[in-house]
Amino acid sequence: MIAAAFDYAVADSIDDAIRLLGEGGDDAKLLAGGHSLLPLMKLRFASPSLLVDIGRIDGLRGVDTGGDSFRIGALTRHADLQDRRDMGLLAAAARKIADQQVRNRGTIGGSLANGDAAADLPAVLLAYGGSVTVRGADGEREIAAEDLFEGYLTTSIAAGEVLTEVRVPALAGYGHGYEKFNRRAEDWAMVGVSALVKASDGVCEDVRIGLTHMASVPLRAGAVEDALRGQPLDAEHIKAAAEHAAEGTEPTGDLNATPDYKRHLARVLCERALTTAAAA
Amino acid sequence: MGTTFPVQMTVNGESYASEVPPRLLLVHYLRDDLGLTGTHVGCDTSNCGACTCLLDGESVKSCTVLAVQADGADVTTIEGMAAPDGTLHPLQEGFWAQHGLQCGYCTPGMIMAAADLLARHGDGPITEADVRAGLDGNLCRCTGYQNIVKAVQAAAEAGRGVAA
Amino acid sequence: MSIIEEAPLKHVGRSLRRKEDPRLITGSATYVDDLSLHGMLHAAIVRSPEAHARIVSIDTEAARAHPGVRAVYTGEDLADLLAPLPMAWAPPGVDMTAPERWPLARGKVSHVGDGVAMVVAEDKYAAADAVQLVQVEYEALPVVVDVEEALTDATLVHESLGTNKTHEWSMGGGDVERALADADVVIERRIVNHRTAGAAIETRGVIAEYRAGQLTVWSSTQVPHLVRLFFAVQMGISEDKVRVIAPEVGGGFGSKLQVCAEETLCAWASKHLGHPVKWIETRSENMAVSHHGRDQVDHVRMGATKDGRITAFHAKIIQDCGAYFGLLTPMIPELGAFVMTGCYAIENVRTDIVGVLTNKFFTDAIRGAGRPEMTHMLEVTIDQLAAELEMDPIELRRKNFISADQFPYETPYGITYDSGNYAGTLDRALEMLDMDAFRAEQAELASQGILRGVGFSTYTEICGLAPSRAVGPKGFGLGIGLYESALVRVHPTGSVTVFTGASPHGQGHETGFAQIVADRLGCDPQVVEVIHGDTATGPMGLGTYGSRSLSIGGVAAAHAAEKLAEKCKAIVAFNLEAAVEDIDVGSGKFSLAGDPDKGMTLAEIAGCAYIDATAMPEGMELGLEQTLIYDPSNFVFPFGAHVCVVDVDAVTGKVDVVRWIAVDDCGPAINPMLIDGQIHGGVAHGIGQALYEQVVYDERGQLVTGTFMDYALPTAEEIPGIETDRTETPSPSNSLGVKGIGEAGTIAATPAIVNAVIDALRHEGVTYLDMPLTPMRVWQALQEARGRGDGPRSTEQGVALSPEAQGSAGSGPTTPEGGAA
Repeated sequence: MIAAAFDYAVADSIDDAIRLLGEGGDDAKLLAGGHSLLPLMKLRFASPSLLVDIGRIDGLRGVDTGGDSFRIGALTRHADLQDRRDMGLLAAAARKIADQQVRNRGTIGGSLANGDAAADLPAVLLAYGGSVTVRGADGEREIAAEDLFEGYLTTSIAAGEVLTEVRVPALAGYGHGYEKFNRRAEDWAMVGVSALVKASDGVCEDVRIGLTHMASVPLRAGAVEDALRGQPLDAEHIKAAAEHAAEGTEPTGDLNATPDYKRHLARVLCERALTTAAAA
Repeated sequence: MGTTFPVQMTVNGESYASEVPPRLLLVHYLRDDLGLTGTHVGCDTSNCGACTCLLDGESVKSCTVLAVQADGADVTTIEGMAAPDGTLHPLQEGFWAQHGLQCGYCTPGMIMAAADLLARHGDGPITEADVRAGLDGNLCRCTGYQNIVKAVQAAAEAGRGVAA
Repeated sequence: MSIIEEAPLKHVGRSLRRKEDPRLITGSATYVDDLSLHGMLHAAIVRSPEAHARIVSIDTEAARAHPGVRAVYTGEDLADLLAPLPMAWAPPGVDMTAPERWPLARGKVSHVGDGVAMVVAEDKYAAADAVQLVQVEYEALPVVVDVEEALTDATLVHESLGTNKTHEWSMGGGDVERALADADVVIERRIVNHRTAGAAIETRGVIAEYRAGQLTVWSSTQVPHLVRLFFAVQMGISEDKVRVIAPEVGGGFGSKLQVCAEETLCAWASKHLGHPVKWIETRSENMAVSHHGRDQVDHVRMGATKDGRITAFHAKIIQDCGAYFGLLTPMIPELGAFVMTGCYAIENVRTDIVGVLTNKFFTDAIRGAGRPEMTHMLEVTIDQLAAELEMDPIELRRKNFISADQFPYETPYGITYDSGNYAGTLDRALEMLDMDAFRAEQAELASQGILRGVGFSTYTEICGLAPSRAVGPKGFGLGIGLYESALVRVHPTGSVTVFTGASPHGQGHETGFAQIVADRLGCDPQVVEVIHGDTATGPMGLGTYGSRSLSIGGVAAAHAAEKLAEKCKAIVAFNLEAAVEDIDVGSGKFSLAGDPDKGMTLAEIAGCAYIDATAMPEGMELGLEQTLIYDPSNFVFPFGAHVCVVDVDAVTGKVDVVRWIAVDDCGPAINPMLIDGQIHGGVAHGIGQALYEQVVYDERGQLVTGTFMDYALPTAEEIPGIETDRTETPSPSNSLGVKGIGEAGTIAATPAIVNAVIDALRHEGVTYLDMPLTPMRVWQALQEARGRGDGPRSTEQGVALSPEAQGSAGSGPTTPEGGAA
């Protein structure tokens, strides 16, 4: 399969990328790893007029671990994160993305900017309560995870803005669990659950849960979090809390799962992810 | 084809400079422009892994990389795996000895994906489960994967299964 | 019938490394897309997005004007073709309503992906662009997707035919209705065998070059000679002017046992444009328009006595043909019917088959072709019967096995099973399983909420497609008899070339055939080159499919080599002044019995035959080569026992295959390593169908599984390690005693999995399931069973899934809300 023709420009810097995007108009797209965009272009589901390649911009790849948060350059690839022992949930989710070849190209910035509710990282960012930094012609701004995902493949990043950095809190003392349910190892999630749990003397001090593919956007499982916070982290309470996992979700049916089945999976996976997180 | 862009690449140790349209896929550049037809195309959606080659030492699906994105890169394809004197790479030897291929179409991509896997793994034995997980981006319809797994394990045992 | 010859076998039986591999592991092999000819143009096809529509107009102007485009053709341009695409089965006495299939649609389209126009351009990028510029106006027609609905003829796929029913075909032995009426127990099931794809990793591809009245076609095909034969018919080119080459072929599994529209299109365009034309199928095209397989709705009834003697088996098969016929479409279920009784002595049997058209792509032979479907019906129903009788399914099988001393065994259909020892393979499989240990594990896991189950499949199948009299025009009704050819040529230096009419695509003929020939000529397999897949080099051949290559083509090569060996012996005897009877084929030479130092190497013999006529016996023809056509007296019937162990997650419904034991018998092994490889791949193919793969169309006839993202070919993570063993029961049908093994694993696999999953779930109240056993389907079955809450009900058609969830037939239709699987 062959993409429609397009123009191409290499950005030397973020400002250069912003300028090129601005000149390119509505049909210009940023290209980083290209693993969301290029397959769509080859199937001719997307036909941008201009690709602005930001893959060669210095300083956008790598993790800054200073302070109480991780600052992750937008071009940091899943492969850069998959084996990091200090990054708990994020590394666990990165390991589960597609396959090694895809992880060697796909970037965290690209995945989040694409905003696919079936992708692994958007719900993980939500669970962390992280944020992204974007820069445009009017300067830089930070978008909290809960404000980032607006709709099906739609984010609050404006046309002309470039996602430059991802921040997640380090959340020292939190256990994590990541459950991804799919038919084959390399597939997108039918449903995924990211869980972060802080225990204190066997009681849930804090809990954060992200849901993948349970609506047109990634979701926080607020009802589960509310039900578990302050409760003993035993099997019984985890199971009872996880029963709320499908509340407020709007899953759509597809080839592999009806909405009912997805709601069921959300509850089951939530229980499993919480159990893992609580045991950590 | 519109505007073209200059690209320079080292492929299997040889340096190449070309002018390419931006939509040219790396796999088509390797196959059609450089004549390195050992890298195959098996799908449209980055699922099958037949087109896997190494880009700066790491496995990529070259059907999902633009040639312009590989400008300046060091590329290794299946043609570059054996030593210049023809001595097979341990992975090639493993696939041959263990009957790790039948029609052979997925084989170059499998070998290149396995090269990345073993490079990450380091020298020494590797478990069946790790090999299966490490090759989940490559589809084979002939072998049921069993002898592919054995081939990669044999290469790892041979002790120098790391990327060429 | 001949007996196994006592040949001095030295290389046969060894797991020789493959001669094919050096080129394949170094990237030096040449598949169709690796070829490029001077002046070559590139074709791309405009395909219908509609499942059923009248073509109102096609505007090709913008496409023609696109830079680099040389031509755009539509169905009207191809009016000079002499024949539509072929269907090669015309059984005597059967009325066949056959739709015509042309390389490009004429007036209407009948399935998504139907070819509407062809663009030919200077490069593939321009061709892909121009496809987008062809404007086609369609007037939508009613669509019928469900095969049982299609059978009512309420919506017609081809209005001109007046019906969707293509044919009916029945075969019987004994008196099924009476036996069912007399039976103590009757099991009835509706079994859906869903639509799947062949999904070879190399898609189809063609290059055609018409030059100076000669047509040369490179095609990724399993049947180069059949393609050539058809070109002569369709394009009116004398057969001697057509050369078809199957270069390296990247897997087939039946999907390249076809005479394809695109082969014709490239040849036709090359003739008209004066340039070679190449077409390489995209994976998306492959999912839509490389033929699919399976897709039957089967109604079965099995009758038995209380103590487990099976007395009757009846199957009514509704075959979803799709919108057209491919080369063999309507005969696929019939092929399975020949082994309807499987390994069992069942006296009263009947198969009733009806073929039906729907607005989907056509189905045809995919690995096993009819036999997996039939084996699935039989082996699943046996387990259903065992449950009804509260009998161990293993004991039920044993009780009904044809015993080893009953061979050759004539079935009620008049088929003669050549040889077998069904209890032998089952015994060995059970030994490998260790049932006591399994039951202990099962109990242990149950306490952890993991449902472990075991399932069995004991099969026999019919393969080695030949004999010509049986399968040809006046027999089963194929348009050509099936035999195989070999030409063995010893060169003046003593090296050997074997030309075979078989056309391998991964099976390893170059190695296995070399082993066979080397033993007969006393040489090393390394100096025996096996050439295949080129109609210009060897004699007429029939190709590779139906597990036929070794037992027909391999035997042809053996016989040709044996004839040459006789000639060699005569030459050696002449030169040593010895009696021919005293010359043996030894290691590396033909030598005198009792004095192995006295002898001649093959090179020395060839020297006589080609260089020094005085060293040849008076009157003996010079040269050293032999052409031979082998047509056996019977089919061959491999058999075996497969055991599958699964774990089912009772909460999510996910099934994991944790163990697979395969004990197969394909006669004496030529190369055991190759046999294991075929079993591994065959079983994986079956696991794919049983758990992951399904071609799905929605109710509008849109293909939902159009890429490898949606069509879930299993990866290394989904397929378990497979434990193999063999028994060796020679076939009396051929002198090597060999049987086919390419399809056996696939034929055996699906019922073993389904039986294992039902074994795991029976105590939860789930008693029957159709494939694919996706997590959702299993979960829904568990929900239904638990909701019903009245415990196991072993005699019913399992749990009643909602029709939307189950898919009303083997390939949909379905709704996104309901889910397909």
